[in-house]
Amino acid sequence: MSGDALGALLAEYPGERSQLIPLLQKTQQIFGFVPQPAVKRISRHLKVSENEIFGVATFYAQFRFQPPGRHHLRVCLGTACHVRGGEQILETIRRKFEIEPGGTTADGEYDLERVACLGCCALAPVVMIDSRTHSQMSVLKLQGLLDGQKNAGDGPPRRAEEMGSA
Amino acid sequence: MGRKTLETVRRAAQKKWEALRHSDDPVLFFGAGSCGLAAGAAETRAAAADWLKAHGRTARLLDVGCIGPCYLEPLMDVQMPGRPRVSYFNVAAEHVDRILSGLFLETEIPRFHLAGHFSDADIEGVPRFFDLPMLKPQVRVVLRNCGLIDPDEIDHYIARDGYRAIEQCLAGPWEDVLDTVKRSGLRGRGGAGFPTWKKWSTCRATESDTRYLICNADEGDPGAFMDRSVIEGDPHAVLEGMLIAAYTIGASHGYVYIRAEYPLAIRRLKTAISQMQAYGLLGDDILGSGFSFDITIKEGAGAFVCGEETALIASIEGKRGMPRTRPPFPAVEGLRRKPTIINNVETLANLATIIRNGAEWYAQYGTETSKGTKTFSLVGKVRRTGLIEVPLGITLRQVIYDIGGGTFKAFKAVQSGGPSGGCLSAEFLDTPIDYENLAAAGSIMGSGGLIVVDADTCIVDMAKYFLTFTQQESCGKCVPCRVGTRHLVELLSNACRGRSEAGDLEKMEKLALTVKAGSLCALGGTAPNPVLSATKYFRQEFLEHMVNRRCPAAVCRDLVVYRIIPGKCTGCQRCVAVCPTKAITGPRSEVHNLDPEKCIKCRSCYEVCRFDAIAGDAIVIESV
Repeated sequence: MSGDALGALLAEYPGERSQLIPLLQKTQQIFGFVPQPAVKRISRHLKVSENEIFGVATFYAQFRFQPPGRHHLRVCLGTACHVRGGEQILETIRRKFEIEPGGTTADGEYDLERVACLGCCALAPVVMIDSRTHSQMSVLKLQGLLDGQKNAGDGPPRRAEEMGSA
Repeated sequence: MGRKTLETVRRAAQKKWEALRHSDDPVLFFGAGSCGLAAGAAETRAAAADWLKAHGRTARLLDVGCIGPCYLEPLMDVQMPGRPRVSYFNVAAEHVDRILSGLFLETEIPRFHLAGHFSDADIEGVPRFFDLPMLKPQVRVVLRNCGLIDPDEIDHYIARDGYRAIEQCLAGPWEDVLDTVKRSGLRGRGGAGFPTWKKWSTCRATESDTRYLICNADEGDPGAFMDRSVIEGDPHAVLEGMLIAAYTIGASHGYVYIRAEYPLAIRRLKTAISQMQAYGLLGDDILGSGFSFDITIKEGAGAFVCGEETALIASIEGKRGMPRTRPPFPAVEGLRRKPTIINNVETLANLATIIRNGAEWYAQYGTETSKGTKTFSLVGKVRRTGLIEVPLGITLRQVIYDIGGGTFKAFKAVQSGGPSGGCLSAEFLDTPIDYENLAAAGSIMGSGGLIVVDADTCIVDMAKYFLTFTQQESCGKCVPCRVGTRHLVELLSNACRGRSEAGDLEKMEKLALTVKAGSLCALGGTAPNPVLSATKYFRQEFLEHMVNRRCPAAVCRDLVVYRIIPGKCTGCQRCVAVCPTKAITGPRSEVHNLDPEKCIKCRSCYEVCRFDAIAGDAIVIESV
């Protein structure tokens, strides 16, 4: 029961204000999002108002308040990804699944998030599907990936001559 | 653990390291930083493991951090018994068989995907890895271990002089450490470049029973990944730096504030911290010196503004990450109102080597005012992308051309300093990189993101990108930042859509200056920089958008059309197959027709024509 999981979590933490963000992070790990009843219990535990907790939680990009999809799609829109066509990548997913960033498909299968930099800038543009990062995406490669084609993995034919002569 | 025991540990560690270097079993190293994994390092490793099993061979498989040239990922290094370690680039799973067969079953080093070797001796026809054009001009201080050692193995770090510096520091008074750091000329690598020693001495001079040290690993600049790579590749270098800093300022507790988007770096840090605890390098009475220190990891929850010192502190305290007025500076009154030093990852990672090699050694690199080396993430439209470390004072041209191998199309601009920085045009290519020069040119050093763009990138679109980012990340406290950035985005969006009105450019520049002047923290104070530098150096491109409603780089979607060139199209129907809106029609072997009314400019046909089609380049995107 995830309700018990929250209780066990709260018992681990002293009722200190500075524990609010770690508590919200752990709560999200348990439920996949931050449910309203959980906020109520955290509020009692830390003696911080629910209002205040929502204020903090909505400030940070990490917290979501809707149940996530079964698969997470994250499109990186860091600068390197942007100049190498990240917007088109996002557009492709949007169109294919008819979802907006922050939303979940009607069947609960996928959720979509735009993130500012996964730190793989040298291999831009980058997309993360669940916990796997896919590099050097193109619209076509992404479509192949989403269609579940196995041969759409990474390892593009890169140019050896770019290493230059030593 | 006392100092004597550290010596015993070091001898054992050196034995372990030498045993690895001269291993009787073959050793395979995989570049398994986040970038390597994104390129497919895990699949490469699995293929290698399968190959070994299938051929009845044994070998040690090791994951190492990123060595720098990310464009060569996945990198697989192989060290056969009695032979030097050699590195293979872009090793996809299907290449493993050919490489390993050559190495295990034949005597010659296979040249297939061979990048270079790591031997001191010459090997005919094989370059030294660190002599490759991307690596040769570099000076590796912070990155000295990255990609070479197993980051999950404290003994590797110790064997390579790790934790010698803290030992040396603890043997003398903290004033000596402060003096060394002062003479080294080290300045904060987070971006602002404040002299590290000055910040430390302010903190130390403040009377208090408790002081805190925070390692700022909230690497928020999009397009920058130096801190991630250092933590993933050599976490102990950062942690030893924290010990040195804490000892100097007299801190008893430290935090690493790190982005939750960096799960691998967090895992590496956790492992490293528990190893330090096991060796008595954290906790009470470290190395019998009486100095006690502990480290807690705090995961950031995704807010760019938390890179700002006072916002970061608010976030650790469990509040919204909103900056407050300074003074008092955190060095005087910071976390829980106690004196607090916040140092960037790279600043800390420099410390151990500075202490070991001496201030003069470090200060030999760099310029008069900016000493030492700096890491940069060299990305964008440059041929050789990755993480580099260069002596300050090197020119942008050397970085982009000698190290980066130049751009794909004609060079257009280089953007430094992330959303707080600026775009510099070709006239600045010979500018030496240091804090003062970049600021004088209208950009900033920043944390180290260098995004190179070529003729295919639209500067107006890029300015819009940065302002959209800062607008979303503005904490909302100061009205000029909260509302001003929103209006700037609107003005820039209008330009990108060809909907600008007369006077918009002037309005934009005036507003940018207002936002700069009227914001409390560096986020608002620097947010307009991308606009100001872009309108200054690329004014013509802004006028093209705002007056002629054209995007010369053919990027802004509302200002471009897709067109099939009849002379080039062979009618192969590949584009017809991928078009999601059936905008392209035409029978096989005849020139296809593209209906601009139906076209949603999704780029699918453009890509398929370029890479897969028979003709290639028969579809163009142009601004009319």
